[in-house]
Amino acid sequence: MHEMSLAEGILRILEENSRTQGYSVVKGVWLEIGRLSHVEPESLSFCFGAVTRETLADGAKLELIMIDGRGWCHDCSQEVTIGNHYDACPQCGSYQVEATGGTEMRVKELEVE
Amino acid sequence: MCTVCGCGENEGARLEPEGKAHDHAHDHGHHHHDHHDHGHDHGHHHHDHGDLHYGQGPARAHAPGLSQERMVTIEQNILGENDRYAMANRARFAARRQFVLNLVSSPGSGKTTLLTRTLEELRGQVPVAVIEGDQQTSNDADRIRATGAPAVQINTGKGCHLDAHMVGHAIERFDALEGGLILIENVGNLVCPAAFDLGEHHKVAILSVTEGEDKPIKYPDMFHAADLLLLNKVDLLPYLDFDIDKCIDYARRVRTDIEVMQVSARDGTGMGAWLDWLQQGRDRVAATVAAEDSPAA
Repeated sequence: MHEMSLAEGILRILEENSRTQGYSVVKGVWLEIGRLSHVEPESLSFCFGAVTRETLADGAKLELIMIDGRGWCHDCSQEVTIGNHYDACPQCGSYQVEATGGTEMRVKELEVE
Repeated sequence: MCTVCGCGENEGARLEPEGKAHDHAHDHGHHHHDHHDHGHDHGHHHHDHGDLHYGQGPARAHAPGLSQERMVTIEQNILGENDRYAMANRARFAARRQFVLNLVSSPGSGKTTLLTRTLEELRGQVPVAVIEGDQQTSNDADRIRATGAPAVQINTGKGCHLDAHMVGHAIERFDALEGGLILIENVGNLVCPAAFDLGEHHKVAILSVTEGEDKPIKYPDMFHAADLLLLNKVDLLPYLDFDIDKCIDYARRVRTDIEVMQVSARDGTGMGAWLDWLQQGRDRVAATVAAEDSPAA
């Protein structure tokens, strides 16, 4: 359940930015989450609700913007979209696919007041 | 209400970037934004620098005294804090020429036995220290100390993984281990430790042949994060249906360039290759430090 640590990381970012950006309530949080990252979306949403209770983000809605996984196929020499680290190249079926993108876990934007 | 930028009185909005002076070009005595720099004279704000979008809140309520919702662009990595601690750990290791591995596996893969065997083989030749991560007990650290190697136990309590901050405190105790090897035995868990950089040189995944051969594709994040896969307990292969080629094939689907070694901590199979791999890692660290120390040509 490392999603609890990730949710705590998000809360820390919200609290730090409240000082520098001057807000006291967070109503919405948009995350960019790569499909090859270490996040189970439902679990993260659950943990976020739990760790933000009675904080500046109590009740804030959490929106996940999912980013496709990308990989470089060594056999057909092109970038392809993959859903998992173990996926074969959708073009040629080779497993010689090296992940190149879609691992991000970022807080992108907030709705605050 | 400000008729130029549209922000409401008392809303407490402050624009970033930090530290820039307020340079409002127009005069209306009710603006109280500290440190903000919007030089607007055209009714809207630019948001190119990760700053606020106030005046465009969903409610568009500009009445003085009412709070107003607004959007803030953040663009920050969720694991940013862990990664900062990991970077500090890495600097600490480099300063002491330490080669550091993060050992990850399921519970019961034989990690601690492999470690104690490794420590026995290296005793008197290489300075080694161990960080043991478990939810509870110091049993593993006790087993390590019995070999004569220094060990620190980190109990994560309810936690399912070590993070760079915890490890940062543990490694302070090994500052005297100049040029040595630090082995971090993570919490037995094939999921959570994958995401957390501890500042190590490599993650090493340990999988025993008494487990399923499809674990690399069941837990792809971990096997993708590992540079080396140790297939442990291979002395038991004659008694099992474990298809070792299939397991290696699965691991390489997840990570095309993962190194694989077959070992048995019990009968010593493959221990030579593993010890050579450790020595090569230490040599690389020493070579990097020597290159940085030598005056530029």
